[in-house]
Order: sequence, then structure tokens, then C-alpha cells
Amino acid sequence: MNKIIKNNTDKKTQELIIDGASCASCVGKIEVALRSIDGVDSAEMNFALRTVTVTGTVEIELLIKAVESIGYNAKSAEDKSDDELIDEKDIADQKYYKSLMRQVWIALGLGIPLMVYSLAGGPMTVDTSLERGVWFFIGILCAAIMYFSGKHFYIGAWKSFTNHTANMDTLIALGTGTAWIYSMVVVFFPMILPEMARHVYFEATAMIIGLIDLGLALEVKARGRTSEAIKRLIGLQAKTARVVRDVNGKPQEIDIAIEQVLLNDIVRVRPGEKISVDGIVIQGYTSIDESMLTGEPMPVEKSEEDEVVAGTLNKTGSILFKATRVGKDTALAQIINMVKRAQNSKPSIGRLADVISAYFVPVVMITSIVSALVWLNFGPDPAVAFAVVSATTVLIIACPCALGLATPMSVMVGVGKAAEAGVLIRNGEALQTASKITAMILDKTGTITEGAPKVTDVLIADESYSESYILKAASSLESGSEHPLAQAIVDSTIQSGIDPETVTDFNAIAGHGVQATFKGRELLFGNQKLMLKNGVPLMEFVEKAQKLADEAKTPMYLAIDKKLAAIIAVSDPIKADSVSAIKRLQANGIRVVMLTGDNKATANAVAKKVGITEVFAEVLPEDKSNKVAELQAQGEIVGMTGDGINDAPALALANVGFAIGTGTDVAIESADITLMRGSLHGLADAIAVSKATLRNIKQNLFGAFIYNVAGVPFAAGLLYPFFGLLLNPVIAGAAMAFSSLTVVTNANRLRFFKPQEH
Amino acid sequence: MMIINLIGLVLIALIVWWFWLYKPAKAVDASADNITVVVNNGIYQPSRIKVFEGKKTTLQFLRKDGSPCAATVLFPAFEISEELPLNANKTIELPSMLTGEYLFHCPMKMYTGTLIVEKE
Repeated sequence: MNKIIKNNTDKKTQELIIDGASCASCVGKIEVALRSIDGVDSAEMNFALRTVTVTGTVEIELLIKAVESIGYNAKSAEDKSDDELIDEKDIADQKYYKSLMRQVWIALGLGIPLMVYSLAGGPMTVDTSLERGVWFFIGILCAAIMYFSGKHFYIGAWKSFTNHTANMDTLIALGTGTAWIYSMVVVFFPMILPEMARHVYFEATAMIIGLIDLGLALEVKARGRTSEAIKRLIGLQAKTARVVRDVNGKPQEIDIAIEQVLLNDIVRVRPGEKISVDGIVIQGYTSIDESMLTGEPMPVEKSEEDEVVAGTLNKTGSILFKATRVGKDTALAQIINMVKRAQNSKPSIGRLADVISAYFVPVVMITSIVSALVWLNFGPDPAVAFAVVSATTVLIIACPCALGLATPMSVMVGVGKAAEAGVLIRNGEALQTASKITAMILDKTGTITEGAPKVTDVLIADESYSESYILKAASSLESGSEHPLAQAIVDSTIQSGIDPETVTDFNAIAGHGVQATFKGRELLFGNQKLMLKNGVPLMEFVEKAQKLADEAKTPMYLAIDKKLAAIIAVSDPIKADSVSAIKRLQANGIRVVMLTGDNKATANAVAKKVGITEVFAEVLPEDKSNKVAELQAQGEIVGMTGDGINDAPALALANVGFAIGTGTDVAIESADITLMRGSLHGLADAIAVSKATLRNIKQNLFGAFIYNVAGVPFAAGLLYPFFGLLLNPVIAGAAMAFSSLTVVTNANRLRFFKPQEH
Repeated sequence: MMIINLIGLVLIALIVWWFWLYKPAKAVDASADNITVVVNNGIYQPSRIKVFEGKKTTLQFLRKDGSPCAATVLFPAFEISEELPLNANKTIELPSMLTGEYLFHCPMKMYTGTLIVEKE
């Protein structure tokens, strides 16, 4: 062998996960293939875990290629999971946020006292040598702040300048830079300027840098929350799985990491454990809580040939299932991916301040030069001073300080206002978009309805029994049952003050119902099949049961001593205020659409009750987002309201996603807005607050922009020939402060807004 | 005075030319090698990338700038929107394109770049 001898420090131990190795003879083949690579010292395969540990100096890509060349698939066991990648991103964002906040405090630490001093009427002029010394010292402090807190603006401005573009950085750098240079000229050479212009603007420099850094920091913070939804979804996945694999020739159950589960592996799930990957049950019987995936609160019974889905919770039995989809192919992994994509594909509304800056900056620069030239040529004495003052004032007043404040201030107040109404808004963009919603999609279960089934009707068939006796008998019987509807009956009766008692000879008949002896009487409780099987005559009650079924209820028969005693119906009731809330939306001209995975009969019955005419029933989880896209393609601005994990992709894709606060965490994290009260009135409230906020933002933008637009020609001296008016930098600075004040005051006006009473 | 006026006019002409009229000729050829676009200090580097018509292209993005806008890159013509992790490579696959110039930028258009698609 012609092995390359390398320094020992290059040696490393690497682990590969092998896919496709189904027989023990593969082990030798894979080990030999790896060992024959120059630089590999040892390669040992653990067949049970399907992993190979390789020691040597060879890069992992080469090892993977070698395994692939003999017909197997391999990947590095150290490939970072989504979980780790998100954690890394969060840490990086956190670090950036902290460093920005440090910069903010330092800049505002100087800026705020100076601003207060200036607003309180303190002289910002340089007349005496003491003032000169003090201002010189402050100027140096200010330069240190420009370096420490504002370095990125100057580098960004320079880089974008060399790239032939101008942006926000350019404006900030020009504005603060000019203010500082002008102020330093005032400190060193006050005599070259007219007396009225000997004013320093160090506070403007420090405040602008501090405020803009603060804006950046808040944005970083807000953005970090978007990965929460993904994190929670990933948290739903089981970390390990118990698979049946050959160890020393004998099949054994071993616990392995979820990433190592292969297609067709046999997986064991015990009660209380999460399903690790998607598969088909091959042995056992259980009920599985799929509510986190479907939003449906009732556990689903599973036996052989039934599908199980990763992330759902096994409740009662122990099952064996065959893995049919693993890794990135599981339904949960695909939902995670869909949410990620939808979050990224959300169109971002361009901000006025940034859209205009590309044209604004060069225009301002030219205006500044033109005004200087005009003053030099035609201005009265001292022409040079006038030229410098007007050129600088143009640059200072052009810095869009209040323009940057206009939107965030209104959004901040609007979000606070909405929170008072129990509406939590995730980001400013959602607040802005909510007012433009033209179509609202409502999920049924848990959104329009309560989401928890309850006993709705008790029809007595045999008058010799009272309703409380019937309920007591039914709940006593059901307290021993694992049937999904049983819990609804037990909970409902306990709530009405009836406690279940113990029954004997309990027997659950799969697919039919239950049977037991209660106080010496034989009870049967279940569906029509159970009654027919036991020869219980149902007579006209079949029709009554059908009527209940038509109303989206599940009827169950109770027979005592083989005689029909009552029908108990269970259903998911409609929330008390759903009807009025939906009316309020429709009154706003919004097209309301209902979307549900439930069957058509139940969906139509519910829709009719709440006054919705457009219904999509039996919609698969993956199709919910398609419906959103479909409405968007029709030109609608779509709001989506839901509570389950299955709603998450649709919530993320919709222009605005609304989650019900009582719903799953994943839905809440995927949505832009959360309705804490669970009432649909929150939707109309959110839209009302959004409209008021948007109006406020427009007023603010006008208020802020008018200072820049009107201020620039004024600063250039356009009014001087007619009225003898010239905006000096003092006024420019005051105008800037005043425009910020206008914006803050106007935004605060929003606090008095009340969403429509209901 | 004439000189000062002249300097002023030249400055204005320079601004107009620099920001509006200047069309950079240099474009980095993406077909030769894997190109890494560095996102830092307000610009994409390189910002003009040449690719061939009808070929799928893979671009690597490396974001060094923490600013929120830099965190997402959009290729509006191809409906691509990708989040760029800080200080880590992100691979973006572009579909095969027709001859022409296509912009890519951050959501606020502070960072802009151009894809120049040419016939081979």
C-alpha cells in the first residue's frame, strides 16, 4: 500500500450513516471499500445501527463517494439538523442585536442630554472661548460615537457609492457627516460664518445614529421570532425511535436516533410515546391523538393496515409499524418545509423611505450644489457663508429622520391598541396588510366551533328513565372505554354534577360500542350496528338519529336490558359569538369562506348556521394552503384563520394568518396575528385597528415628508429673493426635531381609537 | 468664480453620471466556477454576474452583514426568495433563463445585483 503519511493532528474519526445495507454481507463490502482509500486507517461498521466509524485523514466527501460507488447511499452523521441550524441563526442574531443595542445606548447617551439642552433653549452657539472648548470636547465625543455606533453607515455609504448606488446609509452618512463637519467648522472658524449661523449640530449627529441603530435592533428582534414556528414544529418530532433490527443474527428492539431510521424499518411505539416516522401499522391496536396535525380533538383508532403519522401521540396501545416515509419525506417534515417556504415567499411591502432614497439622495446632493452655486453667484455678502449654510442646511433637512420614525411609531401604538383588544400582532407588515383583506378563510374545528365535543342532545326513548339517570348510566359505562367520544360524554356529565359509578362485566366491542352491567342491569351503548346485533328495536328513533346526524352531531344509542332507553348526541358546538363575528366581517365587505377537513354534511350544517355560503369540505391538510393560493390567484388579499398544525402552511402563506389563541402553538407561531380570546370578533377588531393604523401611518408619512420636500427648496434659499427668508441650519435642526415630534404626537393619537363595540 | 461654477457643474455631472448613467461593464462569469456572492457593507460582491442562457446556475451567498434587509435575497423574475444565514454559505439554485438582465435584491432594494444572461 502506498499510503500517504500525514501529520497525526490531521487524523479524525468520522461517522457515516449507510442506507440500503440490508444484509450482513454488506458490512464486509463497505468496510473493505472504505479501508482501501488512501488515508483511511480503520473502518468499522455497526450493522444494527447502519453506521460506519472511519478513522483517518480523508475528507468525508471522499468516503461518501466510495460507499456510493459500491451501490449504497451514505451521509455524514454530523450533518446539521434543522434544529441546530436555527439555533445557530438565533445565536448570531442575538449577538448582532446586543451589539446594536450597545451602540444605541452610547449614541443616545450623548444625543438625548444634548437634545434636551437644545430644546430647553440652551445656547448651541460658539461665542466665547469656554464654549469653544466645551463644544470641541463634545465634538470629539461625537466623533467617537460616529466611529463606534455609526461606522457601518459610513462604510456602507462608501461601499454603495463605489457600487454606483445610493441608499439609506448614504443619507445618514451625508446628513450626520455634514452636521458634524459643519459643527467642527463652527468650533474652529466661527468667524468665517455669519453670526446667525454659528450653531453646532452635534446632537443631530448623535441622535440620528442612535435612533437608526435602534430601528435596526428592533427589526432584528422582530425577525428572530419568525423561526419560532419552525422550532416548535421540529420540537414535535420524536428524538429517538425503537426499531427492530438484527443484532448478532437475532432480531432485537433497539433505540436509535430518529435520523437513523430507514425505510421499511419495523418501529415499536408504546403508550404515551410519539410516532417517530410515517408508516403503516402491522401489529396491535391503539388510539392516536392526531390533534396537533389535524386540529380534530378526538383521538383516532388505529389497527393493522392503518397509517400513522410522525409527530402524533400514541395514547393507549402498543403497536408495531413499518416505516414508509422517513427523514425529510414525513408529513411533518413536509409541513415544516412548507411553513419555511411560505414564510420566505411572503411579499414584503417596500418602505417609502427606502424606495425613494435611490433617487432622493442624488437629487438632494445636486440641489445642495446648485444652491451653493446660486448663492455664490447671486447672493448678498457674505456670499461664501450663505453658500455653505444653504448647502449644509439642504443636506441636514434632507436626512429623513422622521420619515424613518413615521411607520414604526404608528405600528408600535397600533400593535399595543390591538393587544388591548386581545389581538396579538406578530409584525408591522401584518398590521398594515390586515386592513386590505378582501377574503377571509375560516377553519371550522376550533375556529368557528369550540373544538371540544360535548353532549348536545339527550332524547329519552323510555319515559321510565330520567335524563340524569341516562347520563349517569352512559358516563359510568364510558368511563371504562377508550373510545374517543367516551371522554366527551364523561366530561359533559361530570360538568353537570353527575359522577360516574363503577360498572362490571365491561366489554368494548371494536367498531360497535360498549357493553356492561350497571346496578344489575345490562347496558349497551353504541351505534346502530350494536343495537341490531343485540336485537334492540329502534323503531322511529332511527329517523330521529338521522336528523341529529344531519345537524352535524354524532348520535349514540343507549339500551337498558335490551330495550332502547335514549339517544345521546355528541357534537362540537359553534362558539357563542361566531355568528355575530362573521356577520361583522361580511358587513365590512369581506368574502368569508369556510375550509375544513370534516365531511360535507357536517361542514354544510355548520356553515348554514353561521351564515357562510362558500364552503370547502374534506380538504386535506396539504390542500389548505392551495386554497389560499387559489384565492390569491383570483386577486384576493387573503386572511386565513385556524388553530391546528394542519393549518400552519396555509396560515404562513396567507397575506395575513390569524391563529386562535386556544389552538396549537405551531399555528400561533406560523400566524401573523393571534386572537387571544378565541373569539372571531378579534378578526374584525384586528382589521379595524389595522385600518386606523394605516391611516395614521399615511398622516405620519405626509407629516414627516413635507418637512423634507418643502424644507429642501426652502433651505436652498428659494424664498429669499421674494421674502428675504432663508432657512438656516438652526431652523433645519428644529424642523427635524419638530417633524419627529409631529410624528410621535400623531401616532399617540391612535391610542384613543376604539374598535367597533360588539 | 468661473472655476468654482465649473467645479460645481462638473460635480453635478459626476453625480448624474455616477448614480444614473454609469453602466458597469465588468460582470463575473458564473459558468466557470462556483461563484460566492458576499453580502456585506450595503452591497453584493460581485454584483454583476454573467450566466449562459438555458443553463441552470448555482450561486453561493455568504452574508457577513447583520442588517435585517441583507438577510433575504429576492430574484423577483423567478419568484425566488431565500433567507441568508449570517456568516454561513447558502446555495441558491436558479432555473435556466432566457437572454436578458435580471435584478436580484434585498426586500428594500438597498442591496442590488444584476444577472446578465447571454447566449453561449
